[in-house]
Amino acid sequence: MMKTETTLHRKANTQSIFRLFLKNLRRDKLALIGAIFIVFFLLVMIFAPQLAPHAPRDRHYNEAGKIRRLEPPSAAHPFGTTDVGRDIYSQVILGTRTAITVGLLAAFLVTLVGSIIGIVAGYYGGWVDTVIMRIVDFFYAIPFIPFVIVLAAVLRPSIWNIILAVSLLSWRTVARLVRSQVLSVAKRPYIKAGRVAGASNARLMFKYILPNVIPLIMLEMAFMVNWAITAEASIAFLGFGDPNVPSWGQILHTAFATGNSRVAWWWITAPGLAIILLLLSIFYVARALEEVVDPRLRRR
Amino acid sequence: METNDNILIVENLKKYYYGGGIGKNRVAVKAVDDVSFKIKRGTTMGLVGESGCGKTTVGRTILRLHDVTGGKVTFKGKDLAKLSKKALRKLRPELQMIFQDPYSSLSPRMPVGEIIGEAVREHKIVPPDQYRQHIMKVMRSCGLQPQYFSRYPHEFSGGQRQRICIARSVALNPDFIICDEPVSALDVSIQAQILNLMQDLQDEFGYTYLFISHDLSVVEHISDTIAVMYLGSIVEIGDKVSVFKNPSHPYTKALLSAVPVADPDHRMNRIVLEGDIPSPANPPSGCKFRTRCPYAFDRCSVEVPKLQNIEDCHEVACHLFDDDAAQYEANKKGGISA
Repeated sequence: MMKTETTLHRKANTQSIFRLFLKNLRRDKLALIGAIFIVFFLLVMIFAPQLAPHAPRDRHYNEAGKIRRLEPPSAAHPFGTTDVGRDIYSQVILGTRTAITVGLLAAFLVTLVGSIIGIVAGYYGGWVDTVIMRIVDFFYAIPFIPFVIVLAAVLRPSIWNIILAVSLLSWRTVARLVRSQVLSVAKRPYIKAGRVAGASNARLMFKYILPNVIPLIMLEMAFMVNWAITAEASIAFLGFGDPNVPSWGQILHTAFATGNSRVAWWWITAPGLAIILLLLSIFYVARALEEVVDPRLRRR
Repeated sequence: METNDNILIVENLKKYYYGGGIGKNRVAVKAVDDVSFKIKRGTTMGLVGESGCGKTTVGRTILRLHDVTGGKVTFKGKDLAKLSKKALRKLRPELQMIFQDPYSSLSPRMPVGEIIGEAVREHKIVPPDQYRQHIMKVMRSCGLQPQYFSRYPHEFSGGQRQRICIARSVALNPDFIICDEPVSALDVSIQAQILNLMQDLQDEFGYTYLFISHDLSVVEHISDTIAVMYLGSIVEIGDKVSVFKNPSHPYTKALLSAVPVADPDHRMNRIVLEGDIPSPANPPSGCKFRTRCPYAFDRCSVEVPKLQNIEDCHEVACHLFDDDAAQYEANKKGGISA
């Protein structure tokens, strides 16, 4: 009896964050819907080449041999066609892959760099902290879109450069958040105990402090995915995206650039809805995660 | 050789914290001011005093958790205050510390076996193939069941947590352990268990303890010698029996008179001290205790009293015990007439 109780207890601890999160999902219907949509989007991303019926740049002709210009949704082209007869459905599906790739990769890079810098700043404190925080201030002062335009002009427009741009400018947020958490963790007695035990600085930072800020880092990563997807869509919409890779922002860009956005509602609706749905899903899931990480937000 | 007998010699240890002000106007908070003592191998020294008197700072400064402002800390012939960070890390296993709060001094995301074994692995105390047995043995000797190896700290009670803390220190085979109020966060029945455990370990392995506490009955139970601190300085130091039998400094007297006695008919002659402990940033001139001392006289505000022998192994820093009192009075009169 006692044995089973304690083993249960132990399990609850090691997976407590994950379990609490699942519990939150059950209660928070929006987060549950969000999670379902995320799974859906991930599946679309993985099977995009199989799901997309046509290549994104193929032109389609009708029986009379004429190009299917600006056709509204039909059985053959569920999301309609563009002004040069391309299939919007295929483009949107392939765009999912770009959005999620950029989102995950950029968020990973940003949290990796930001967390390391934040831990170092918070742990050492003093002048190390001051110097790093001034650099963070500097990066806070750089406006995002102009920076990307310059970067796209200097380098070639590509999704890798978009990932680079997002990473270069967003690590500051993570660094500052992680630092503030580390400041409080680093002052706790078990860190002193670790030092008395002879642990090196690196060991104290990554074995003692990191596990205590991991929940915050994961949460920040979830929000960063959202931010990176938004950034990619904005850049592509402004026309600085990778012209060879289909993306939702780029579909919107073409619709606006060709002046058809007021005529062909289907052309902007499909990618627009896709962006909104994905962002909202991630947001609601991240919010449920935040409640787990930050007990003050926990609803009883 | 007497010096070999003393495992730790602290000489004129100073730890100042600097607050506002620049250059010469800096305000120094003298948390520890000219503290000297020696601890013999295998004995326990109790360091007592009220909150904020600098006892914890003494302990942490010896371990160089804080940098030393001045003075010498000689541990087994090496001056800890001057050691490089690297040499200090090598020496860490020999000098351990048990912290006050067993709740916050254990990392919540490490299993117990790892908490205890971390430093064992780091310093290669035992060969890797004996690692697990070593940890299990240490856990058993600290009253922890070895099957707790992979549990997390939050699954334990306060007393068990303090056992884990003790096991963490003991696992390194140290010579010297600083115990910073190791039982003040525990309830009385558990306190006794932990104190007995510490004494058993001392008997078995010959550890030397510096036992920091504000609880005189605890200190009386475990110590061989006692040092009483007030506002960063030691006011009385000596053999446990002579300090408790014959408390001489007015502050020690007041402290001892406040120890409760388990006898409802006992009439306490408590000496109640007036006022609060003065700020260490702005201590009184002369004797730091004079503002609250019922016996204070004019000399106390002028001259800082030095520790002086009043009997074997018993020193007091108080002008009441000055041998040269008569001469001082004469000098003063002479000074006025001249």
